[in-house]
Amino acid sequence: MRKLIAALVVSTVLAGAAQAANIYPLDRATILTGSPFDFKVEFSSVVKPEDVKVTVNGQDYKSALGKEAQFVAEEKNKDKVLGSAVILRGVTIANAGDYKVEVTAGSETKSATWNVYGTAAAPKAKNIIFLLGDGLSVAHRTGARIMSKGMTEGKANGRLNMDDLDHMAFIGTSSTEAIATDSANTMSAYMTGHKSAVNALGVYGDRTPDAFDDPKVETIAEALRRQTKKSIGIVSGSELQDATPAALAAHTRKRAEKAEIVGMLFDVKPDVLLGGGSAYFLPKETAGSKRKDDKDYIKIFKDAGYTLATDKNELAQAAGSNTGKILGLFHPANMDATLDRDFLKKGTVDKFPNQPGLVDMTKVALDNLGKNPEGFFLMVEGASIDKMSHPLDWERALFETIEFDKVVGVAREFQKAHPDTLIVVTGDHTHGVSIIGTIDDDKPGTEMREKVGTYAEAGFPNYEDKNGDGYPDRVDVSRRLAIFANNGPDHYETFRPKLDGPFVPAIQNEKKEYVANEEYKNVPGAVFVQGNIPKSGDTGVHAVDDEVLQAAGPGAEGFHGYMEQSDVYKVLADTFALGVKQTN
Amino acid sequence: MEKRPSTLLPRRSVLGGLAALPFLIPGRVSAASYAPLSFDDLYGKISVLGLEFSDKAKALSGKPVAMRGFMAPPLKAEAQFFVLTEIPMSICPFCSTDSDWPDNIVVVYLDSRQTFTQPNETIEVRGMLEVGSWTDPETGFLSRLRIRQADYEAV
Repeated sequence: MRKLIAALVVSTVLAGAAQAANIYPLDRATILTGSPFDFKVEFSSVVKPEDVKVTVNGQDYKSALGKEAQFVAEEKNKDKVLGSAVILRGVTIANAGDYKVEVTAGSETKSATWNVYGTAAAPKAKNIIFLLGDGLSVAHRTGARIMSKGMTEGKANGRLNMDDLDHMAFIGTSSTEAIATDSANTMSAYMTGHKSAVNALGVYGDRTPDAFDDPKVETIAEALRRQTKKSIGIVSGSELQDATPAALAAHTRKRAEKAEIVGMLFDVKPDVLLGGGSAYFLPKETAGSKRKDDKDYIKIFKDAGYTLATDKNELAQAAGSNTGKILGLFHPANMDATLDRDFLKKGTVDKFPNQPGLVDMTKVALDNLGKNPEGFFLMVEGASIDKMSHPLDWERALFETIEFDKVVGVAREFQKAHPDTLIVVTGDHTHGVSIIGTIDDDKPGTEMREKVGTYAEAGFPNYEDKNGDGYPDRVDVSRRLAIFANNGPDHYETFRPKLDGPFVPAIQNEKKEYVANEEYKNVPGAVFVQGNIPKSGDTGVHAVDDEVLQAAGPGAEGFHGYMEQSDVYKVLADTFALGVKQTN
Repeated sequence: MEKRPSTLLPRRSVLGGLAALPFLIPGRVSAASYAPLSFDDLYGKISVLGLEFSDKAKALSGKPVAMRGFMAPPLKAEAQFFVLTEIPMSICPFCSTDSDWPDNIVVVYLDSRQTFTQPNETIEVRGMLEVGSWTDPETGFLSRLRIRQADYEAV
């Protein structure tokens, strides 16, 4: 054993001595046959073009990849020279198999092996409904089930729709640079089959500062346009430029490039596009615009044949108008959460009182997309599960989960009538959240932590759903779920639902540190909770924990055991036979 | 409106702009001449397809106003401006890649440098209201409403 360790140390040191180049796609990348991608080699020093040798499976790369690469003598970050590079854009590999790429230039050497995979010749399903609960963690499911259905003597009084999907997998969500992750690289992995870096969409994150020059990979929307005549739907309660919806179409190192992402969405022209984020569709001269140019994407979409809907009524009209493409923009930013929209009328509901919910939007999308005899791919995002989990607003996050589960129900109804439909239900990453018992206002004393019931003392919560809408009639019941995050900034724990609007746990001071928001300091029973993440962190963070994926319908058998997020794309591609041209 | 500490006065640079106002005491802007303006007053129409400034905001353009809100942490310590928000900022659009400013911010250009306040503190800003799109040449920051020649104090 000692000898083995010694040998490992030596080899590590030797590998470190030779300057390492980077190859994109990375080692162990999985690539769909015929799917375009950019090939890039980054050398860590300036090298001479005549010294660069690139082979694929031992042959000169030009014969394997079919094109000549561009040599960049010096890549720079401002004035700093980063090294030379070789870039070859829009490469495709037609035949499945392992491809070993070897690169040398002077003292630099690197190899990477890509697995190029084909798909079945015939599709298994005509439609895929991909339901993505952003940040959906096990505690959200458990909490939604208890809150919505109740529990008696330890058995749930009812089942969530997602409880009856019959295939499951655990999903590893880590990014290419860290075990931790964000909604950009995670959804991008689902929608391209390539893992990437935090904040990146549809690209590998390279070293140059330009957010639009990174090595691209094909998104599912692009693959569908290339190989099929299927319709595409994107539905989300977030801004449509936000990471999750953007991942179907966008190519950028920075998810914050929202104005550019609108143009990227337009490039693939989803047949149905419903959500928030209108501020990025408006030209800069319009007050409320968040663009820095004069592009009027409302007009651009309309000119391309889209019917525009800006509230629930217009959405219903657009759905009935039979005109084809629908652009629904219901909020300049993120749409309000269910608890605010349908119950408390807080958040921005006074300004935008007629926002449709995710269920309404999904129904319109399915009605519209279902008309295409070639089938469709629909992505629906329960965005605010995440957006309410970040600020530790667990009641809002659970209401979002219940709404998301109703969308699962709508999809399952569609599947009954259209059994050639695969339904996938998953999250993109988890949160550090758990349910530990109940909080009972009727326990003695004034100190709120003494009212937290654990083990047998937890009992069962007293939420009621007398009107049968699936949501508790009141969220602020006297014995409610005790839900806590395992991380967060400094904040005041109030042990109660936030009835005046979404929780804002911490705010920033002039040193750019997050301090507890004193608005909650005087809530009866509130206690200060010391943060355990860096003071630069504004809210609770994503967890590295595995994500649960469930699926039902043709193709669902492809999901089992532990899978990398990028492997999910392979199942989607195989279900639609995206390795094969299907335009008859 | 409460009395302002005399250390914040005089406001010489304001005088040029205010000279036309008949009720001005020479060398000073009387506290009463700052029209109170709230965040709710800024926009008359709020819709998915854009905002429209309210008649009140338009009428007060170029005139002295007093607004209460919270100071967002500045872009950099020596920045000439800060962002006034309706509620304390819980995100940092200057530092985070996926954060946005609220749509009803007001950018405040200070008459002279002042120390920054704690974020939990409500401040009142007084200065000249400017309505319309303007891009800060130094930072590229686009704003639609500004208070110039401003000072502020905690309330």
